[in-house]
Amino acid sequence: MPTIDVDKYALFEELGEQFTADSFQDLCFDFGIELDEDTEDDPQRPKDEAPLLKIEIPANRYDMLCFEGIALHLNIFRGKQATPKYKLLDIPESKMQSITVTEDTARVRPYVAGAILRNVKFTQATYDSFIGLQDKLHQNLARQRTLVSIGTHDLDTIKGPFTYEAHPPKDISFIPLNQTKKMDGEELMKFYETDKHLGRYLHIIREKPVYPVILDADKVVCSLPPIINGDHSKITLNTTNIFIEITATDQTKLDIVCNIMVAMFSKYCAEPFTIEPVKIISEHNGTTRITPSLTSRIMDVEVDYVNSCCGLSESPEAICKLLNRMAYTAEPSKEDKNIIKVAVPPTRADVLHQCDVMEDVAIAWGFNVLPRSSPNKSMTVGSPLAINKLADIVRNESAMAGWLEVMPLILCSHDENFAWLNRKDDGKTAVRLANPKTAEYQVVRTTLLSGLLKTLRENKAMRLPLQIFETSDVVFKDDSLERKARNERHFAAAFYGKTSGFEIVHGLLDRVLAMLRVALITHEEGLGAGKIIDFKVAENPSKEEGYFIEEIHEPTFFEGRAAAIFLRLDGQTKRIGEFGVLHPTVLEKFDLKYPVSTLEINLEVFL
Amino acid sequence: MEHSAAGPSGDLITRILQALDKSESIISSEAFPTATFVEVKAALDRLKSRDMVKYDTIERQEALLEPEGEEIAANGSHEARVFEAVRKAMEGLSVQELEKTIGDKNVVKVGQGKAFKEKWISKAKDGKLTAITDSIHDVTRDQLSTIKNTRTYPDAKVLADLKKRKLIRMQKVISFKIYKGTKFALEIPDEATDLTAEMIASGSWKTATFKPYNFKALGATQPAGALHPLNKVRHELRQIFFEMGFEEMSTNRFVESGFWNFDALFVPQQHPARDLQDTFYIADPPLADKPKPESADDKNDYDAYWKNTQAVHQDGKYGSIGYRYPWSGDEALRLVLRTHTTAVSANMLHKLAGVKGPDGRPPAARYFSIDRVFRNESVDATHLAEFHQVEGVIADYNLSMGELLEFMNIFFGKMGIGNLKYKPAYNPYTEPSMEIFSYHEGLGKLVEIGNSGMFRPEVLETLGLPKDMRVFGFGLSLERPTMIKYGISNIRELLGHKVDLSFVQNSPAVQFGAKA
Repeated sequence: MPTIDVDKYALFEELGEQFTADSFQDLCFDFGIELDEDTEDDPQRPKDEAPLLKIEIPANRYDMLCFEGIALHLNIFRGKQATPKYKLLDIPESKMQSITVTEDTARVRPYVAGAILRNVKFTQATYDSFIGLQDKLHQNLARQRTLVSIGTHDLDTIKGPFTYEAHPPKDISFIPLNQTKKMDGEELMKFYETDKHLGRYLHIIREKPVYPVILDADKVVCSLPPIINGDHSKITLNTTNIFIEITATDQTKLDIVCNIMVAMFSKYCAEPFTIEPVKIISEHNGTTRITPSLTSRIMDVEVDYVNSCCGLSESPEAICKLLNRMAYTAEPSKEDKNIIKVAVPPTRADVLHQCDVMEDVAIAWGFNVLPRSSPNKSMTVGSPLAINKLADIVRNESAMAGWLEVMPLILCSHDENFAWLNRKDDGKTAVRLANPKTAEYQVVRTTLLSGLLKTLRENKAMRLPLQIFETSDVVFKDDSLERKARNERHFAAAFYGKTSGFEIVHGLLDRVLAMLRVALITHEEGLGAGKIIDFKVAENPSKEEGYFIEEIHEPTFFEGRAAAIFLRLDGQTKRIGEFGVLHPTVLEKFDLKYPVSTLEINLEVFL
Repeated sequence: MEHSAAGPSGDLITRILQALDKSESIISSEAFPTATFVEVKAALDRLKSRDMVKYDTIERQEALLEPEGEEIAANGSHEARVFEAVRKAMEGLSVQELEKTIGDKNVVKVGQGKAFKEKWISKAKDGKLTAITDSIHDVTRDQLSTIKNTRTYPDAKVLADLKKRKLIRMQKVISFKIYKGTKFALEIPDEATDLTAEMIASGSWKTATFKPYNFKALGATQPAGALHPLNKVRHELRQIFFEMGFEEMSTNRFVESGFWNFDALFVPQQHPARDLQDTFYIADPPLADKPKPESADDKNDYDAYWKNTQAVHQDGKYGSIGYRYPWSGDEALRLVLRTHTTAVSANMLHKLAGVKGPDGRPPAARYFSIDRVFRNESVDATHLAEFHQVEGVIADYNLSMGELLEFMNIFFGKMGIGNLKYKPAYNPYTEPSMEIFSYHEGLGKLVEIGNSGMFRPEVLETLGLPKDMRVFGFGLSLERPTMIKYGISNIRELLGHKVDLSFVQNSPAVQFGAKA
């Protein structure tokens, strides 16, 4: 969520009320913005600076990204002010300023809009806010200027008609804002390469064959969007006539940004809330039009829908009154009793559906005082997921057998998942991440072992032996599925002590599988003397349900101390996991000094 | 703790008993001056626990000589040594000669000054020191000698003065005045430490004397296994969901397509949540398939769903004007690690849309899950790249906010959390959206404990649910309430391999709603 810094005293002045800390907090809470910080009592604040309120704005309220917007909407919400009626200065098209668009701009940044604010009187505070809003819009809605960028100019230093053109970088030459040297497009890219602020926007156009430019009638470069304006037309505290040009790759967001810029700052025009339009002449793609378009969108909102969702039974008139406090103009339809005609102001780009209007009714009413009703409309039946139920049996049995449950991370490094375990990546197994911030998160684990070993590594100082287990998911690539990967629930355990603990891990396997009522089949001696297992040995064990183990030779384990676990269910035999004493080279990689025995099985087969 | 009768203090015990046999009472420090306090105390406690002796504790202050005090007691005070040296030299001594004779500059420096002050010596014209009296009384040495022998001095002022001069230090000494107890005897009788099978068989328990048990000591450590604290809290939460009629969702899909994770939830393709900064994208495998049936009995029209999703984003549909941007199918097919389990909820609701209840419409449903989600965040005390999301979804006809608020009150009430307040918030797939706060007594302020809202019609109608079926969603993290419950401030101490195993082993059970 964007955070906006506003001058506390100026805001309270604008709101016409000296709030206490609590009462302002409550106001913000009810409206749905959040007071993050008040620097009034901050010892770091210079004595000659007014305290700031840092206010968090919901990410879709672009119309509140500046002091003016916050003050306006809080005043409307408190019934202190009506929604401003924004209007366009009525001038004939022939006298209108214009921007003529050339077809080449389509190759780099196809859309443009313009507007003029006349006879503006800036103060330092309003000037800062004007610059600040452009910055916030660039960061948020404009996605770091990729979608939209704004240029503002002192109209008295340039003259229309303007053009929006695109030229090879070499053919563009001007002095960038606050510089003294003229540069062409290529030089400019080099010049700003290391610039902390502007450097991050260069990629947007750098590799394009042509760069976009806004030119005035004398071919003065006003700006090179989305990078920088020309120094020639720069605005200052004393600028009174402001030319705003906005370019974009997304037409919808272009219009939103244009509306918000002019709506917020037309307040300071000699004739408040009045904007001089600019004609955009774009013959090649048929988008010739006049910008900005400040008409309110009229929306039909259903009274019964609003009442039903909010749990209210208000009249259309009462709902209209509530909506006025959320900056709408609304009136009941004359034709249909169930319809309210809602005028959505041009600044409310967040309103897409009548559900957005419905929410505003609920906010105006007060979320916390909406009438409550029983949530038990229909009976539903609770039930656990089968695999979780199964996993819980295994978890509880392991804990009862004296093992500690751990929860390592699911993401790990490629080495931890493969090389450190003496395993090879065949490229068909593990899901690899594209953009991890650290090497700790390169793959989604395909085994629980590395997490267990890392947990042991971090707990070496504990009294030995350590016996830990985890029951959780690993992920395998699977081309047959829509998402090309599948989770698999595994159970794994590790023993760390002065002796290998091989038979202890083996015992845990027997115990858990016994609790899962799976019988033991041994190849050689049949059932060992004294063993009590709840199944009968049959003459042909291959048809019997149960499990057996078989020695394996795999580099993860110490030779001669490892076995695979096979499960035979419904006549099918499947390897479900393995256990053994880890190879000393594995221990070395995980920085473990004593022997470790591990066990890992797939639990899904027991479902 | 030692329970057996044998031990190194056995000899001392015998001596105590023998000494007591001869007199009514004894003072431990006098009778056994070489035995340490610990030895005496251990012996007495063993005897006392058997009522063989009684004792009173005597506390007193003893004066002990510091090293310098010891030296003075042995060789005399500095001034006396200076006087003696000067007196012995007939011609008097220069300061250098004096230093040579005594061999300690410090003694000369201090002693000279004092000897002048006492008028024992004076300086002759040639600068040599000469004695001006025949004999002196070395008071300090006498005092220290007395203290060395008696460990005290009759005049408290003297003690205070010597202490100030750092010649002695005071020390608290505890000794015991010992009397006979009711069961006094010269030997500790043979004692059994435990009741054994043999004693029961032979009947010897009837006559045996049992060694008293030390009830102050801890019992034997249990070789206990333990469940992870996060899973204990998870268990409690699952019980709450079951009690309230929720079905657990199958969340076994860490890898999701952008389609299910974002597009299906009406998150526009330029939304910051889809940035590389926030979401883990998958390099391999490269791309998802378009949504398709997972089984033969899945009769949903996935093709229409795909097209409707595009329409609602790009052109608007179902009464929405949409986001009005060119929606890219390729973007939707990029694979991600799910950033929330709501990706699964969307999938469940899509399935629900295809179910026909008794009245031919999708039936009301309640789903929940508690599972891992992934964010490409920088790791710090409160953020990990992985955490657990607790999510609940309620689908029913004509639901209202009043029901959602009441539901949240009941749900959090079962967790022992009350005084809820709801703040309007923004979430791309719910409207209204709200953050749930609770007043935290300890912190003295409202703390955010969860999120909830009603799914947008753009999500639900695209999924194919009837227009009057509304769906609540709510979520919280599993880690946050667990951290509050166990007083943990760093999430890495809770989730991941850096957890302390003794924390896992010793974390108490979780019982929501019970007063802590």
